[in-house]
Amino acid sequence: MLEIKGLHKDFGGIKAVNECHFTVEKGKIVALIGPNGAGKTTLFNLISGFMVPDKGTIKLMGEDITSLLPYQRAVKGIARTFQLIRLFPKMTVMENMLLAMKDSHEELHHALWRTRKIKEEEIKNVEKAMDVLKLVHLEGKVDELAENLSYGQQKLLEIARALASDPKIVMLDEPAAGVNPTMIKKIGELLVKLKKEKGMTILFIEHDMEFVMNIADKVVVLDYGKEIAIGTPQQVKKNKQVIDAYLGVTT
Amino acid sequence: MGVTAQLIANGIIAGSIYALVALGYTMVYGVLKFINFAHGEVYMLGAYIAWVVSIGLGLNIIVGTIVAILGCAVIGFLMEKIAYKPLRYSSRLIPLITAIALSLFFQSLALLLFGAEVRTLRQSSVESGMQILGASVTPTQIMILGVSIVLMVGLHVFLKYTKMGKAMRAVADNMQVASVIGINIDRTISAVFIIGSMLAAVGGVLVGYEQNLNPTMGVSMSIKGFTAAVVGGIGNIYGAVIGGFAIGLIENIGIWFIPSGYKDAIAFFILVLMLVLRPQGFFGGKTEEATRG
Amino acid sequence: MGYIEHLLIIICIYIILAVSLNLIMGFTGLLNLGHAAFFGIGAYTSALLTLAGVPFGIAFIASFVVAGMFGFLIGLPCLRLRGDYLAIATLGFGEIIRAVLKNWISLTRGPLGIPGIPKASFFITFDTSVKFLVFAAVIAVVTIGIVSRLVHSPFGRVLKSIREDEIAAQALGKNVMKYKMIALVIGAAFAGIAGSMYAHYITFIDPSSFTLVETILIVSMVVLGGLGSLLGSVIGVIILVLLPEPLRFVQLPSAIVAAIRQMLYAIILIVLMIVRPQGMVGEKRYKARVEE
Repeated sequence: MLEIKGLHKDFGGIKAVNECHFTVEKGKIVALIGPNGAGKTTLFNLISGFMVPDKGTIKLMGEDITSLLPYQRAVKGIARTFQLIRLFPKMTVMENMLLAMKDSHEELHHALWRTRKIKEEEIKNVEKAMDVLKLVHLEGKVDELAENLSYGQQKLLEIARALASDPKIVMLDEPAAGVNPTMIKKIGELLVKLKKEKGMTILFIEHDMEFVMNIADKVVVLDYGKEIAIGTPQQVKKNKQVIDAYLGVTT
Repeated sequence: MGVTAQLIANGIIAGSIYALVALGYTMVYGVLKFINFAHGEVYMLGAYIAWVVSIGLGLNIIVGTIVAILGCAVIGFLMEKIAYKPLRYSSRLIPLITAIALSLFFQSLALLLFGAEVRTLRQSSVESGMQILGASVTPTQIMILGVSIVLMVGLHVFLKYTKMGKAMRAVADNMQVASVIGINIDRTISAVFIIGSMLAAVGGVLVGYEQNLNPTMGVSMSIKGFTAAVVGGIGNIYGAVIGGFAIGLIENIGIWFIPSGYKDAIAFFILVLMLVLRPQGFFGGKTEEATRG
Repeated sequence: MGYIEHLLIIICIYIILAVSLNLIMGFTGLLNLGHAAFFGIGAYTSALLTLAGVPFGIAFIASFVVAGMFGFLIGLPCLRLRGDYLAIATLGFGEIIRAVLKNWISLTRGPLGIPGIPKASFFITFDTSVKFLVFAAVIAVVTIGIVSRLVHSPFGRVLKSIREDEIAAQALGKNVMKYKMIALVIGAAFAGIAGSMYAHYITFIDPSSFTLVETILIVSMVVLGGLGSLLGSVIGVIILVLLPEPLRFVQLPSAIVAAIRQMLYAIILIVLMIVRPQGMVGEKRYKARVEE
């Protein structure tokens, strides 16, 4: 589904991402881990288009997307969440969701000439959004402003929003961070459910090792911008280089 | 040859004032990442305070200058405390609107208090110029250059060697870290506003003395000072100085080629050009991302 | 009675200006400090065309188009910039345009301005205040109608998302640059027709009516009424146009009155930003009509 080859990003001397290679297979959950500063979020930014790489290619379903702008990559099917939640604070939960959905008729001429067909599709989109919201138990908060939700609810909304766009791959930046253990479990279950029932491809960054071990099919370990180990959670756990990189840091 | 030398001389003289004003913009932006639109009016108020004291009350011009400097220090301090501090954590749009409103407020205040007529700080008649390197320069103009340079050097010394100066640089670099190591952020920010305002006040007095004063003199100075700061890299003190001289030179050489009515527009034009082509300036300022990342 | 009609006409013109600026600033989050320049471009376009013999109807439409074009030209370099830089860049362009209006004497007569602009006429000549008021009111209502349609639609939703978080909007597949440009162009175009109306009502225009101060005035109206609220813009306009009127009856020289007026607007803005930055009327909240 997603193929990273020789991706390289230099920040004035500091190699944030250093000739990185890995793949994310369709329908699998892949975890991206590594010590702080290893370049994980930079990698996410490169994949989703918010940063331009110095070298390397990114391929989505075989198509080279390296030169596409962020919004174009989103249209191609890359959905992501952010380390610091990026919702639309003064818009409602439903509005946040609707913005993610396809076929929203958001063009200028649709606003000026709203046919019956468009209105019908709007209603369908609302229903579809509700279905996704039900997955994260937020259907009751539909008209609430995003900024009024609790932190955990906001995280869920961001995930739900990423799902609503019917993406080819969902990229989650630390979905379990700052969230209580019950919620972490729920998120984990949700991701596994999505993989099993909808065949969704998921790539996520995490520091919570238990979470990673429980749900990931494959783990990519990053250190100083380079992948130092790729394998199943069990394989990676025993890898000496990985242990060295973390130097005794356990989560 | 003589014309070129004259234009350059004029450019340098004007540039030194722009540099003084640019410093205020760049320093405030450095610590708060915010453009204080009202800074140009502080420059204007400095000139008027000096006028009130020295012409209105008939005191010595030096006294007038000192009162202007102190007065503007107070104005800068109050401006920050009353209008900007409550908004420190609001969205960027809000303090910007306040700054523009403040600018308008000061302009109308000056208009109401002093009327729109052009005034001057100097009692004596027109000075004769001396010939220096092919250009005609008056003693006042030399004084302007001299005072400006002394102030800039003084600022450099202040920032490099004094405790408050180092605090300012620390806050400009990283406010969170600075507060963690014990620097009083509020006091540092106030100091930035005070110093910037004092520099602007001197600029106002110098211009009021060499040329004249009117209530809208701050408006064009705002743009020129800000443009100078952007050219040098906003947040960069030394860049602001270079930018100031650059704008002064470009302006004065520019009106050799285009109608003089466009003189003020030159700075706008440079500003727009800079923001569009090279927002980080020429000497690398504090813009994290002036354009979208 | 001419006085009341005059006030109402001015209110209508400012409603168009405020609503168009609100589209750009309140709904899309772009701080455009060059709005008065679009107003001026519309005014000059319409004035020059009608003086050259072009019928008013065409000149009116032309001012819409030309102002919109300028919006596009200014948007190209500026819309890439972040908040405060966008503000200053648009301010800069606004001032450059005004400098051109003031200095391109062969075209615009510079600071002397353009007098004797023909009255507006569209099948009938709007030569009395009442007739012009009807015309102005119709245009104002149409403007509100169109802008309302735009903002209360999925298109408008995207604009708001750009205002809220541009990066998230991009991550959801929105071509942010395109939407910003559309908002700016439409806002500029409507400011242009306000300019045309102004020119044919006052029948005299000069660059001093299209300054930064004018933009700040329009900004005050939008902000006072509430960014993101069209009703608020109307209210803001009415309040700020009527507020300084009592000064007219006090025997003061007009320069003083103008200065007091400006000071009033400035103080209102400053206080507003500290006390109630969202303005008088809040945004209408979207309610999902969900069939359970």
